[in-house]
Amino acid sequence: MRDIDEMKEKALKAVDKKAMFGEDIDLDEYDRAYVPHQYMAEEEICTLPDDVQQRLVMSGLDLSEKERGGTYFQKDTTVVHCHSMEQGIEVIPMKEALEKYDWVKDYFWKLVSVDQDKYTASAYLELHDGYVIRALPGSKSVYPIQACLYLDKEGLQQNVHNLIIAEEGSELHIITGCATAPHMKRGVHVGISEFFVKKNAKLSFTMIHNWAEDMMVRPRSVGRVEEGAVFINNYICMKPVRSIQMYPTTYLDGDNATAMFYSVIVGSPGSDFDVGGRIWLNKTGCRAEIIQRAISNGGRIMNRGHLIGKAPDIKAHLECRGLILKGGIIDSIPQLEGHVEGVDMSHEAAVGKIAQEEITYLMSRGLSADEATSTIVRGFLNIDIKGLPEQLRAEIDRAIEASKEAM
Amino acid sequence: MLTIEDLRVELAGKTVLQHIDLEIKPGETHILFGPNGSGKTSLLMTIMGYQQYRVTHGKIVFKGVDITHAPIDERAKLGIGMSYQRPPTINGLKTRQMIEICAGGKVDVEGLAKSLNFESFLDRDVNAGFSGGEIKRSELLQLKAQNPDLMLFDEPESGVDIENMALIGKTIAALLQKNVPVEGAGPMVEYKKHRNKMGLIITHTGYILEYVSPDKGQVLFNGVMACTGNPNEIFKCIKDEGYEECVKCAI
Repeated sequence: MRDIDEMKEKALKAVDKKAMFGEDIDLDEYDRAYVPHQYMAEEEICTLPDDVQQRLVMSGLDLSEKERGGTYFQKDTTVVHCHSMEQGIEVIPMKEALEKYDWVKDYFWKLVSVDQDKYTASAYLELHDGYVIRALPGSKSVYPIQACLYLDKEGLQQNVHNLIIAEEGSELHIITGCATAPHMKRGVHVGISEFFVKKNAKLSFTMIHNWAEDMMVRPRSVGRVEEGAVFINNYICMKPVRSIQMYPTTYLDGDNATAMFYSVIVGSPGSDFDVGGRIWLNKTGCRAEIIQRAISNGGRIMNRGHLIGKAPDIKAHLECRGLILKGGIIDSIPQLEGHVEGVDMSHEAAVGKIAQEEITYLMSRGLSADEATSTIVRGFLNIDIKGLPEQLRAEIDRAIEASKEAM
Repeated sequence: MLTIEDLRVELAGKTVLQHIDLEIKPGETHILFGPNGSGKTSLLMTIMGYQQYRVTHGKIVFKGVDITHAPIDERAKLGIGMSYQRPPTINGLKTRQMIEICAGGKVDVEGLAKSLNFESFLDRDVNAGFSGGEIKRSELLQLKAQNPDLMLFDEPESGVDIENMALIGKTIAALLQKNVPVEGAGPMVEYKKHRNKMGLIITHTGYILEYVSPDKGQVLFNGVMACTGNPNEIFKCIKDEGYEECVKCAI
């Protein structure tokens, strides 16, 4: 109980604390009241209106669930569907988990601090829900678990807290889609995510954002990766959004732990991205890679990347490439910090335009200038993400393709 | 047929080619010799349509169409193709996709690649980290898929090891219909009548002459077509006497 009182006190003190980066949001302008929605059976998800289904599919959801191991679906503040079909993999709504299982408190707010800023404080003080996904020791998911955080109510601030736990030797793949209803314009999404990748486990977490033009988005995630474990974090956002600021951090706390961050961002006019990735390589033999691709069509994209080598024999690489196609700003800030002898850290960053030489090369093979340009842009966004199951890789490609068509 | 008449070309305000006359008839292959910087690549790029090579005089006619100022893709669609010496890397575009682009649609990519021992490169990004020889094989594979009527080869032997030279030489010969009879064409004499592919090959080493018997040789010297004649004789002259001596025959 003392813990809870302490945390509450900390959170209350931080309710006005601005975040280190990104535009400040006046949360008083948004509604956080509970929004009731009816629970849906599996088959009911497929009967949602076409335009809603379209939004969900674009966010990586498989409505038929044929190729998914489980589904968590939250609409506004309420869980409308939740179940797992995979042996050894639990998918539980956060509030239910907090009530029913004692072990949850060993993870809840253990990596992210409640008083990091006003958004974490708000998520602590007025939690709506979120999911706990846990792969039991040694279990391997055949299909990814899918989660959807959906906003339907205009002017809502959605506060979500997720725990993702891959127990020793397990393999877990998650695809999370965040989307707004077709009619919705303005709102806030605050998402706390804490990742625990235990010894020799493998976790891939793919997040696809599909927001509305006036959405403010403040994810706060931290991961801890133990000995020999692998954490792959993919982020895709190719749709307009008002503002996204996030700086996911991962601690590689065991020997030979690996983290890979991949992101693909398309910045439309009026969109403001301040996204980064920070990886601490704290033990011998750790590996980290951050690969960022950004295209600006008139938006503003700040790409931060920070690698910190604290142990010998670590290897870390950061690659950030940006293309400015139709105005806008791409600001790339790669940072390397080596603390001991024997670290091997590198980065390459480039911001530019499509090389004329590549366009003419393709034209000499029969493509028009426009076709050549879009072929090059598609290629630019095609990052080879290693270690993903084929099915999930195809899903990411599909999401990228679908968004590119709408670009 | 390709006809070039009294062509003058500028690159970045400087004249790089002048008084160029050239005629390649259907079925003919020409070899283009010349020292470094003599304008060989400039001529190929101009024929392909690269806009930085500005034609200030004369004209280029292909298949009866004046293409002097036509964009690159129009020339490609009309049947001109090029094997580049140093093509750019296109990140994220797989060689397999590139072959389909060249073919203008679905094509037996595996089958084509097999003929050039290139199957294992199909899922790699176009030209990414390819060695000299691999680039040449990739270029030829693309040309094979594109199947143009006029093929421009910019130093197809450069950076190729001996072992792969035979493969490249034979592939070029086949592309130019030099050694494989068209089905039902009958004897070689008849076959020659059916030959309609045109080629223009830049070579420094002359290795390609062992595989492709060209119809004509030309020497470019300081941006001017200095000499025309039997390609083997020209090559021998260059080898024995050097370019400077060789072009004297034209003066």
